[in-house]
Amino acid sequence: MYRYDEFDHTFVEERVAQFREQVARRLSGELTEDEFKPLRLMNGLYLQLHAYMLRVAVPYGTLSSQQMRKLAHIARRYDKGYGHFTTRQNIQFNWPKLEEAADILAELAEVEMHAIQTSGNCIRNVTADHFAGAAADEIEDPRVTAEVIRQWSSLHPEFSFLPRKFKVAVTGASNDRAAIKVHDIGLQMVRDARGRAGFKVIVGGGLGRTPLIGETIREFLPKRYLLSYLEAILRVYNELGRRDNIYKARIKILVKEIGAKAFAEMVEKEWQFLKDWDVDLPDEEFARIQAYFAPPPFDDLPAVTASFEAQRFENRDFARWVRNNVDAHKAPGYAIVTVSLKPEGGVPGDATAAQMEAVADLAARYSFDEIRVSHEQNLVLAHVRQADLYAVWQGLIAAELASANAGLISDIISCPGLDYCNLATARSIPVAQRISRRFADIERQHDIGGLKLKISGCINACGHHHVGHIGILGVDKKGQEFYQITLGGNADENAVLGRIVGPAFSYDTVVDAVETIVDTYLGQRRNGEAFNQTLARVGFDPFKEKLYAPH
Amino acid sequence: MPLIKDSQIVEDVWTSLDDGAPLAPGVWPIVSLERWQAERETLMEAGVPIGLRLRSDQSPRAIAEELEHFGVIALAFPKFTDGRPYSSARLLRERYGFTGELRAVGHVLRDQALFLLRCGFDAFEVAPDTSPDAWRAALAKIKVRYQSAADHRSTAGRLSRKAVRPAQARTPALSLEPEPCAASWAY
Ligand code: SF4
Repeated sequence: MYRYDEFDHTFVEERVAQFREQVARRLSGELTEDEFKPLRLMNGLYLQLHAYMLRVAVPYGTLSSQQMRKLAHIARRYDKGYGHFTTRQNIQFNWPKLEEAADILAELAEVEMHAIQTSGNCIRNVTADHFAGAAADEIEDPRVTAEVIRQWSSLHPEFSFLPRKFKVAVTGASNDRAAIKVHDIGLQMVRDARGRAGFKVIVGGGLGRTPLIGETIREFLPKRYLLSYLEAILRVYNELGRRDNIYKARIKILVKEIGAKAFAEMVEKEWQFLKDWDVDLPDEEFARIQAYFAPPPFDDLPAVTASFEAQRFENRDFARWVRNNVDAHKAPGYAIVTVSLKPEGGVPGDATAAQMEAVADLAARYSFDEIRVSHEQNLVLAHVRQADLYAVWQGLIAAELASANAGLISDIISCPGLDYCNLATARSIPVAQRISRRFADIERQHDIGGLKLKISGCINACGHHHVGHIGILGVDKKGQEFYQITLGGNADENAVLGRIVGPAFSYDTVVDAVETIVDTYLGQRRNGEAFNQTLARVGFDPFKEKLYAPH
Repeated sequence: MPLIKDSQIVEDVWTSLDDGAPLAPGVWPIVSLERWQAERETLMEAGVPIGLRLRSDQSPRAIAEELEHFGVIALAFPKFTDGRPYSSARLLRERYGFTGELRAVGHVLRDQALFLLRCGFDAFEVAPDTSPDAWRAALAKIKVRYQSAADHRSTAGRLSRKAVRPAQARTPALSLEPEPCAASWAY
């Protein structure tokens, strides 16, 4: 993984010192809250419902064991003993004190971490496929690109005060696990006819109150032009994006208003000036960064591991966990493990300090010291030998992290909602908890099969409800929490927005409604169809009939 | 408004004129784009250097052909969170080759100093109640070396990687200064 050089170290340390000074100016009253706000936001510090919240960047979701242990330490020392992994592969601490914020940043700097650009109207932490470097369908490790973009965008002089926040996601594979079509910019690695690697560039996706699927503005961008092309996009956006209305300020609105084609032409025009500027990385520099992401030294193993097959045969619980939480690895004899942060009745994405340490230990011992955070709010051990899977599973059981529900209905993405967020109109965590309890029976979950359920506590859609197979949006109706349900959404390479099934449900009835939807699907399902396939075939009517039938 | 140039508070030789205000002999005016467009001939005949003021919603693309007439271009920040003048500055310096003074006016905080310098600004009008010392300290911390003492311009080369540590070239955002100076990241 990427290691800081002396330049990065100094950069981060200087930023800590700078922020310490800014906090002092705020505490002394020299800075008004209005002036301090954009500065603290650039350092990941939000003011939430009950307290400050610190969002720490996990670049492209990759952590070392040492970093994870530091996060555990921070959770214990400065917070209430836990942290919350987010849909942007970051971690949030919900209870830091303003006076200690700079100390936390200093602790993070010790392990090459920071909270820079995890908020504010700048280019945010770049996300990438959480199976990067391990997935079999990959052209190149997308984290190389993500790291290049991270460096380029760090305190970018021109693009640190954009009309609105800006999110970039990268995938190196054709199966999109990074939801690139719902980002401001999505980059997919592709090869041209001559076999050269480059990017398909997608712009203007996003959720929130105006959900839009991104549009492809370039089918193939040679790799070496990555930064000049991004710079062209950002410049067009910086100059023309709306600044009069925060709800219309994202790039998706600009792209929609002027049209993807016209937008693409403007970008191309700007790019003609920039591409021969020296914005782009020379090949050696790309190679230097690439070297940090060289595959770990995999052993030469047979594709099938006899001991693992035997363990799977003998232990049904293990077999079930393997079926759901273990994916194929590109190296023979290895596997990818998803560590579910969705225990029955738990808060999606939360992990205690002890759990973080347990995962750190397992990663150090069994997965080349590397951990991933997925945008589905789980953790990933990307390079585990099949022969070690049983031991990893045992370790996860001991840490209460062995839920065999990855990708199933209880593997819910949920935003913090009214429990923490000052923008929320409804609770989302308790709804997730109730659904996960209702479907606690793991046999039943397996019978239902893969199903993505996503919950947002308000129209800002941080829980990505529009792209859930079942999406739940909390709304406020005359002071009461109600929940609007959308069906048929999808966040992968066939990204599509779900459609509202009908009138919203109350807090008390929303879980019943989800169960009715699931039962209706099971009743209609043919030959192992996935949820969206059944929905496409039978339409919304059977669901509506069951949901809104007069009793 | 105190004016900071080259880490110093300096006397302002320019006067920002409202659109109705008359030209006066010996006064070097900074005028709005509207006034420039309406009174171009009069202004050019006044026999003094002319400065231009652009609002953040006015792109320098509109005056790219006329830059030789301006000794200073003032780019206004209505709020320091309005990032458009950064693009304007880079366009002026890098694309249109403007070599006069590029001045940041309006809501300008010292926390922006790094961004401003690196986009090509070389003069800053700061609020009267800001501490000049703190500004000086912020600017001194940056230690950006202008390419030459003669023009004090932060020009295209500033944003170029070529000017950087040759052994360890980095992306532009991390590697601007002709000399590697870690402290430059303080702001
Ligand atoms: S969706 Fe709304 S409630 Fe949930 S985290 Fe985002 S802003 Fe807060």
